[in-house]
Amino acid sequence: MAKSALLKSSLAKKYWMAFTGLFLCLFLVGHLFGNLQLLIPVGEGARDQFNEYALFMTTNPAVKVLSYLTYLSIIFHAIDGILLTINNRKARPQGYVSFKPSTNSMWSSRNMGILGTVILAFIIVHMAMFWGQMKFGGLDDTIYTTANGEQVEDLYTLTIKTFQDAQYGLLWAIAYAVAMIAIAFHLSHGFSSGFQSLGINHPKYNGFIRKFGLAFAILIPLAFAVIPFYIHFVLEKI
Amino acid sequence: MGIFESKTPKGPLADKWTNHKNDINLVNPANKRNIDIIVVGTGLAGGSAAATLAELGYNVKTFCYQDSPRRAHSIAAQGGINAAKNYQGDGDSIYRLFYDTIKGGDYRSRESNVYRLAEVSGNIIDQCVAQGVPFAREYGGLLDNRSFGGVLVSRTFYAKGQTGQQLLLGAYSAMNRQINRGKIQSFNRHEMLEIVKVDGKARGIIARDLVTGELERHSAHAVVIASGGYGNVFFLSTNAMGSNVTASWKIHKKGAYFANPCFTQIHPTCIPVSGDHQSKLTLMSESLRNDGRIWVPKKKEDAEAIRNGKKKPTELSEEERDYYLERRYPAFGNLVPRDVASRAAKERCDAGFGVNKTGEAVYLDFSSAIMRYGKEAATTQKIDNPSDEKIKQLGKEVVEAKYGNLFQMYEKIVDENPYETPMMIYPAVHYTMGGVWVDYDLQTTIPGCYAIGEANFSDHGANRLGASALMQGLADGYFVLPYTIGNYLSNDIRTGAIPTDSPEFEAAEAEARERIEKFINNKGTKSVDHFHKLLGKIMWNKVGMARNAEGLKEAIQEISQLREEFWKDVKVPGSANEMNAELEKAGRVADFLELGELFAKDALHRNESCGGHFREEYQTEEGEALRDDENFMYVAAWEYTGKPGEAILHKEELEYEDIEVKTRSYK
Amino acid sequence: MNLTLKIWRQKNADTKGKAVTYQVADISPDMSFLEMMDVLNEQLIEKGDEPVAFDHDCREGICGSCNLQINGEPHGPDRGVTTCQLHMRKFKDGDTIVIEPFRAKAFPVIKDLVVDRSAFDRIQQAGGYISVNTSGNTQDANSIPIEKDHADMSFYAATCIGCGACVAACKNASAMLFTAAKVSQFSLLPQGEVEADRRVLQMVEQMDKEGFGNCTNTGACEIECPKGISLENIARMNREYLKASVK
Repeated sequence: MAKSALLKSSLAKKYWMAFTGLFLCLFLVGHLFGNLQLLIPVGEGARDQFNEYALFMTTNPAVKVLSYLTYLSIIFHAIDGILLTINNRKARPQGYVSFKPSTNSMWSSRNMGILGTVILAFIIVHMAMFWGQMKFGGLDDTIYTTANGEQVEDLYTLTIKTFQDAQYGLLWAIAYAVAMIAIAFHLSHGFSSGFQSLGINHPKYNGFIRKFGLAFAILIPLAFAVIPFYIHFVLEKI
Repeated sequence: MGIFESKTPKGPLADKWTNHKNDINLVNPANKRNIDIIVVGTGLAGGSAAATLAELGYNVKTFCYQDSPRRAHSIAAQGGINAAKNYQGDGDSIYRLFYDTIKGGDYRSRESNVYRLAEVSGNIIDQCVAQGVPFAREYGGLLDNRSFGGVLVSRTFYAKGQTGQQLLLGAYSAMNRQINRGKIQSFNRHEMLEIVKVDGKARGIIARDLVTGELERHSAHAVVIASGGYGNVFFLSTNAMGSNVTASWKIHKKGAYFANPCFTQIHPTCIPVSGDHQSKLTLMSESLRNDGRIWVPKKKEDAEAIRNGKKKPTELSEEERDYYLERRYPAFGNLVPRDVASRAAKERCDAGFGVNKTGEAVYLDFSSAIMRYGKEAATTQKIDNPSDEKIKQLGKEVVEAKYGNLFQMYEKIVDENPYETPMMIYPAVHYTMGGVWVDYDLQTTIPGCYAIGEANFSDHGANRLGASALMQGLADGYFVLPYTIGNYLSNDIRTGAIPTDSPEFEAAEAEARERIEKFINNKGTKSVDHFHKLLGKIMWNKVGMARNAEGLKEAIQEISQLREEFWKDVKVPGSANEMNAELEKAGRVADFLELGELFAKDALHRNESCGGHFREEYQTEEGEALRDDENFMYVAAWEYTGKPGEAILHKEELEYEDIEVKTRSYK
Repeated sequence: MNLTLKIWRQKNADTKGKAVTYQVADISPDMSFLEMMDVLNEQLIEKGDEPVAFDHDCREGICGSCNLQINGEPHGPDRGVTTCQLHMRKFKDGDTIVIEPFRAKAFPVIKDLVVDRSAFDRIQQAGGYISVNTSGNTQDANSIPIEKDHADMSFYAATCIGCGACVAACKNASAMLFTAAKVSQFSLLPQGEVEADRRVLQMVEQMDKEGFGNCTNTGACEIECPKGISLENIARMNREYLKASVK
């Protein structure tokens, strides 16, 4: 009983959703710290630092474990979400003639599926553009030689060039920002919801969780979104 | 047949129940598995009885017209449940609870039954706490008590204003446990339409599935009626819309005597009627009388000005108000029993002092309680020289903590803020002390047919004290019936399953079917509610809070005439083979139309005033009830003979050995 | 007031239903919503039509029978009330009011506005009780003191009337608030602790079997609950279930 309870029940689905979601929140923080290095003024130092960081992130065994966990979390979070949505649709086969959920709940809380789909699409594009290019090559003219002489793709140059591109750079930045808005809305419900799902709800610290969650939902995506615009408008062209 | 004997056990009052339990026959656990019991109604009495009988091993079938047993109208009881626990150390005892209940009932209840009720009252609280009923507690973690009308101790246990709900959910959870074990089969959305007697014994019922309309036969070795009271004979009452007398009335027509039908409780604190559209009345818990003061203006001009909207109650000074309960009954003040408080309100309104548009309302005022609590709070919070505003605010907080949900309910219905302006209240039909006659074992005059809870007549005499209905329902269901029914069933261990294809079942089903078809094919012109409202008006005006011989005679005439018209002209749309609320109502109103006549007949024959029964001809010079113990100290048990007007009266004389019969005084 | 009503009419579980428009006139603002429905039904009976079937009983907000979806919200636009406590003063002359049954796979329509909520009964039967037999000598009620806060919280959870508004309001038709309220009531009391693990596992299993949706923490249930049952109870159930399932 107990075993299947943790795998199959509706509550189990919530736990996994919450657990993977909150783990991905941590990932976002880590990812942001990496990205913030793109704000360093253009020069050898900036390029070295970012590329060495990228290398570290893709080769360090501990980070590798973490990154596989992240991929798994994303996949699980998405599949679980799709299953939940399908299940929930089935729970009300005949809809209402008039239904006014806006009077009792937030838009974002009711549209986590749509927001999640936007985010998933973004992740796929994002991975293809940066991580995929880096992993499977294709960066012909941008090779970076590491401190110990190894030749790897120059992710720094790729990133900066993408957003500084005269024709598409701004569009990419805007698309990126849209995805960040989706993440912000997703987080505005998801963060505190994760705590609720795991049973963490107490009048004493609910206020803090809610406020922290809201701040997190606004500040993290905002910080992410600022970077491409900074690269496009402010950073020195390379 | 012919078991119209109280069967009160011998011996001293305090030992009767114990002795009886030791003497009665038991059914061994293996045999209980072969015995079926039907319980009609799943309120406090029915729910608790069903659960307990199933725990003991009997196979139980429960029936309720609601979609779940949890919705029975016991759920609406607000104030609390009495028990002689003496947790407050204020001198309470089993004897005192017994005494208060007998006196409160105006010496018209059976002494031995009431003593047993008081005796098991403590067990009820133990049982409910063990079941997880969340009673109100003090900061020390122990149970809290409050005081109710007609008593001088605090013995009422409560769960805010939802005590009935919590107790019923307790009984329902006990039922659920047995349903899960397969020991209870619960038939919801089912209504009992006939009782089936085989060889003179109750052996089953005919029930209608209210979803499909199908008539079903259910057999059992005993039938327990726990279907509540008949207050809806007045159309407007605090009962639920579906509350009805049908189960009780059907067994009455098949041989069960009906006792004291005229003993009806009119509750003093209900929200007044606002117009013709009204479908039911809402009670405000009696607990409000702990802190609210009841008054009307001293001068008629003021009352008139208020009725016309020219004056507000808050504009009247203390000197211009008549706190009539405090004036007339200084010892009990606003906490006199319900019948006394109701009559006093009617007296003032009839004299022209009523305060709402219809002239039928008095004030229940919390302003002095707010100030008193406010001052107390200011003292404990060490606020020096608090302003009146501050005191008021602190006082409101206290009152809100105590009665918040009731105040909110009032505001939702009346659209006035009771913290700022006094509440308006007026008496309304609430509970029926009368009911199916039962002996000490709670058996009716039909062998094998039992009646428990409000459906029987036994414990409250002519007036019930607050917080005693819940006590009686649970006492009957948890602690009395499960023992006493064994005494009867011990003879049935070899009977085996009762077949449902006997001619008796056939006949009973045919009877039920015929009546339904009559309704459907009647094609009259007036709806069921039309007749129900007319019946209610007759009952309220002529058989209500104050009755006289002339009015009662008219009422009997009018009711029987109305009944004739009903059968001629009632219109029931739809068919019998589907969910049909109008058809259900028609059956219930048809029975009310018969009961109403017996009710008036009973009131007419009782030439005295006692408890809830007030005959204008029999009152003291001060307008108090004038009892006639010499001629009327008996239970009037009526036997059906074909027409309600021709019922035969049987008397069960009441004897009081352990209590001195006195004039009831709350002065 | 004169009103236009759009009411879901459905003959029985097997037929398809549709919304039908009716007019009612001279509605007093002091009427309750169900008294307005009574007026409509009297009108229909007079015309020889079938009255609208709807569940109702106590008409004072405690039995939990009444359950109408009114203008897109369970129990209508007012807060903290059941349908029977909703008064017509909340509407304006000339309003159109859409009246539907509570919708969920687990609440199939029986007729018109009447739905079958027996799924709630079955959830409670699965474990919503404390296993104690009735006897005259259960231990004294005051033998286990209970912290007032816990007793009060347990009481607030226990005030659930089982009307189903939580399911009706939830975009997922989830019954978490209902189930959680019952789990909470018992788990907050020492008497209920003994069976807490079994209870929560069995009740959730039954809840899932009935075909209710999953909770996504939108909070609509708490807002629409006529008794204001708190989301805290759902968190408590999540905790209890987690605890029980890793044991």
